[in-house]
Amino acid sequence: MSRLARGLAACLLLIVGLPLAGWAALAAEPVFPPLTGRVVDAAGILKPDERAALEAKLKGYEDKTSDQVVVATVPSLQGYTVEDFGNRLFRAWALGQKAGNNGALLLVAPTERKVRIEVGYGLEGALTDALSKVIITTAIAPRFKAGDFAGGIGAGVDAMLSILSGDAEAWHRRAEVRNDETGAADVVIFVVIILVIVLLFWSMGRAQRGRGGFVVLPGPGPGGFGGGWSGGVSGDSGGGFSGGGGSSGGGGASGDW
Amino acid sequence: MTSGSIGEAPARTPVLARLLGALVAILFATCLSGCGAINRVPTLQEQAKSAWSEVQNQYQRRADLIPNLVETVKGYAQQEKDVLTGVVEARAKATSVKVDAATVSDPQKFKEFQDAQNQLSGALGRLLVTVERYPDLKSNQNFLALQSQLEGTENRIAVARRDYIQAVQAYNTEVRTIPGRWIAAFLYPDAKPMETFTATPNAERPPNVKF
Repeated sequence: MSRLARGLAACLLLIVGLPLAGWAALAAEPVFPPLTGRVVDAAGILKPDERAALEAKLKGYEDKTSDQVVVATVPSLQGYTVEDFGNRLFRAWALGQKAGNNGALLLVAPTERKVRIEVGYGLEGALTDALSKVIITTAIAPRFKAGDFAGGIGAGVDAMLSILSGDAEAWHRRAEVRNDETGAADVVIFVVIILVIVLLFWSMGRAQRGRGGFVVLPGPGPGGFGGGWSGGVSGDSGGGFSGGGGSSGGGGASGDW
Repeated sequence: MTSGSIGEAPARTPVLARLLGALVAILFATCLSGCGAINRVPTLQEQAKSAWSEVQNQYQRRADLIPNLVETVKGYAQQEKDVLTGVVEARAKATSVKVDAATVSDPQKFKEFQDAQNQLSGALGRLLVTVERYPDLKSNQNFLALQSQLEGTENRIAVARRDYIQAVQAYNTEVRTIPGRWIAAFLYPDAKPMETFTATPNAERPPNVKF
């Protein structure tokens, strides 16, 4: 009797535990500063007024075109290459709207003397690798070399925005990106199926209770449901700034000074 | 004493009913976790496959850049025939080894693909080192553009490979651990674990050329 119970418990553990174990394996990520605004100066190389001016410029541009351009300075690349770090940071912040992947990131690492322009999938056609390289070598690096971080970042942002603006008129002509979000119909079908199952069990439970027994109604166990249903809703929360869910495949260019 | 033995006899039915209930509950739980897992094997497989096509895309993009690059370098550095021929040959070899989504679980084929691409990376690296000796070429606009494209492509390859490795890790874990393994065996007999890249591609990156 007790052995049977133990066996059953083990079975249950297996059923609930294993699907979770599969998802536990995740690659180690570097530690990123939080996305507090359109200019995240974690390295502290910008004065407050310079930061505010950049913020205003970038916000104005996003309001006009929905392209999310963000500037980040970091105190350390934590042993990663600037390309790798830039791509991971871009994805962690999910810059750009989800449907268009129209984000771009200007990353400055003063300690390593590296700079990178990381471009989202949707802007690769406008802000090409070659153009990004030109921005870095002509607008950013010479000013950084002279110790003028604010000037270099400002010139870089201006160049990025002017190149992106050239493409912004053609925004509506850009290819529609496939949308993989769960439709409302799927949710309705799922709810209906669950309802049917619950009703079935309910009536079974009643029938058995009539005969004096009772049935264990399986509630939604820990991890049984879950998964799958989180992360669907994202976006701006309470007036703060957040990424729109865009991604990048490593487009852009990097350089040093 | 007798009353105790009498009381035990009718108690058996509820115990059995409870057991039955527990069994049904387990079946129900299996079904539920099964429903998710049933879809998870092919979902993860498709994700890994699409990550693989991105890897291929980016390698193809690199191969497409090379003829142009070779032509540009030739105009300035004709005496570097060996290096140039090396690149052209490595490119021909790399483009001849095709690994599509169906053969990505074939270790032999996968290794061939990886070796060919590594060889091309090496040849490209040598070419870019050679180029250092030609200041005119290095300041050529066309060459600069090509080089930044090549750098960008190498970086995209690195990202695509990272995504692929992650997707394959999730998929392989699914088909090798228990619920997924059973489901794959019953429903998707063609769902084999996929191959993944062996080492971090240090040798794959051409050295960064400074101007």
